[in-house]
Amino acid sequence: MQGQRYEPFAHHFPLSQFLQQLLNGLFLGSIYALIALGYTMVYGVLRFINFAHGDVFMLGAFTGLYLHKLLGPMMAMMPWPVAMLVILLLAMIICAAAGILIEFLAYRPLRDKPRLNVLITAIGVSLLLEYTAQLVFGATQQPFPVIIPKGNIGGLGGLTVTITQVIVLVTAVVLMIALRFIVMKTKLGMAMRALSLNPTASALMGVNNSVVISFTFGLGSALAAAGGILYASLYPSIEPFMGVLPGLKAFVAAVLGGIGNIPGAALGGLIIGVTETLVAGYSDTLGIPSGYRDGVAFVILILILLFKPSGLLGKAEREKV
Amino acid sequence: MEVVNMLEIENLEVGYGTIKALHGVSLRVNQGSIVTLIGANGAGKSTTLRAISGLIKARGGKVRYDGEDITNLPPHAIVARGLCHVPEGRMVFANLTVEENLRMGAYLRKDKPGVAADMEFGYEMFPRLRERRHQAAGTMSGGEQQMLAIARAIMSKPRCLMLDEPSLGIAPILVRSIFEQIVAINKARGITILLVEQNANLALAVSHHGYVLETGKVLFDDTSAALRTNPQVRAAYLGG
Repeated sequence: MQGQRYEPFAHHFPLSQFLQQLLNGLFLGSIYALIALGYTMVYGVLRFINFAHGDVFMLGAFTGLYLHKLLGPMMAMMPWPVAMLVILLLAMIICAAAGILIEFLAYRPLRDKPRLNVLITAIGVSLLLEYTAQLVFGATQQPFPVIIPKGNIGGLGGLTVTITQVIVLVTAVVLMIALRFIVMKTKLGMAMRALSLNPTASALMGVNNSVVISFTFGLGSALAAAGGILYASLYPSIEPFMGVLPGLKAFVAAVLGGIGNIPGAALGGLIIGVTETLVAGYSDTLGIPSGYRDGVAFVILILILLFKPSGLLGKAEREKV
Repeated sequence: MEVVNMLEIENLEVGYGTIKALHGVSLRVNQGSIVTLIGANGAGKSTTLRAISGLIKARGGKVRYDGEDITNLPPHAIVARGLCHVPEGRMVFANLTVEENLRMGAYLRKDKPGVAADMEFGYEMFPRLRERRHQAAGTMSGGEQQMLAIARAIMSKPRCLMLDEPSLGIAPILVRSIFEQIVAINKARGITILLVEQNANLALAVSHHGYVLETGKVLFDDTSAALRTNPQVRAAYLGG
């Protein structure tokens, strides 16, 4: 200590700890981003918030669990990346179908009714999914199977990164790139963008808006399912209400990025994940108990609604009545 | 020459809530002609087009296109039959580029060479669009957006085109070139045109036949030349 310059913050804020928290936030945030994309895409085409979206995330995790049970013997024979891919893709397909079905049964009949009706219906669908899941899967926590081998990636200079975390981030990034390709380069993606800009005009171009809306729900639900499986891989204990908080936080992420804006949702997810993790990681320094980490997203929601309601990347849009 | 009714509307009735907007409108559009629908604001001109293209439901009456009953089909099914509606206010996709807007127009087409040729046709028709093809459509002037809306409609390869107020809110110099192109589209491509216009002078000058609509009913139905000399029409719609 002698002769060393006194650095008041060096003790509280070592760089490596900060980087570690930042990384942890990034992994969590990439999952929020996946969920947020579904909120924002559905908002884009229907101008309503699908509050049941977080429960599709839960459904994704349970689908993964049951697929793993069902395919157990086959899973054991596959190398783990293949097993992971099989479960991920199957769960995405099943949940895409579930999302399309939810829209068809619950939201489509209300399409020409005031928007409040469908918003309240979405809350109803959310409760229905949660309590049906409780009935079917049971109310207790269930362990999610370990598909990705445990272990750390070495050579990161004191930072701890598990293989699971890397897989989570890589999967999330690949899915977001795939989504960007679909939205920007495919015909259906262009129809989605056109529909979100002007549904009357897209219909006059020959777009069957209902098909595009179904497609959007399928796409969003598939991403939420992937998010559910990745989340369950990071925190391998799942239960029917696991989608509530991540769902709400992802909704905040979508608003933060600018609701309806796809890159915005991804950015918002990362910001929420990182902020939340930093607040929890520095709870002693900040004087905020780490249990308040779940409140962070909502403080951000209040701030963004007060100061920039259109979100970080969103354009101000006048509500059309 | 045999006269073929491309579009035949019989006793069309449309309402918004309890208010009736059309009280049994009947009109005919011959193949290859330009027919105009003129009248004051609120006469039901746009409503007629919206009911034909399936954007609003008809409560009564029939819409026949090419001999087929298309009443209350969904809009995408009507476009697929070659009946295309350029709506009032242009409705270009503001955040999409000019080229993406044109591609949206060709949404239902699978013939890539044909689509490319029609895009070229659109650019030749309105060279301004070619200059701005990578620009977001919403950044263009009203007149340029109207050009885009027409070119976009051509991309669907229509046999009948319905244009709603193409001159609305557009600089007079552009109105002229847009109307020249409308006539050219009709002549060169043989596309039948149903034109709704508040500028009755202009509409009757380019059209073959005209209907005057008043409060949801057809008041006059005559050749455009005759309507231009009709004293009542002159007094009410042509500024004396």
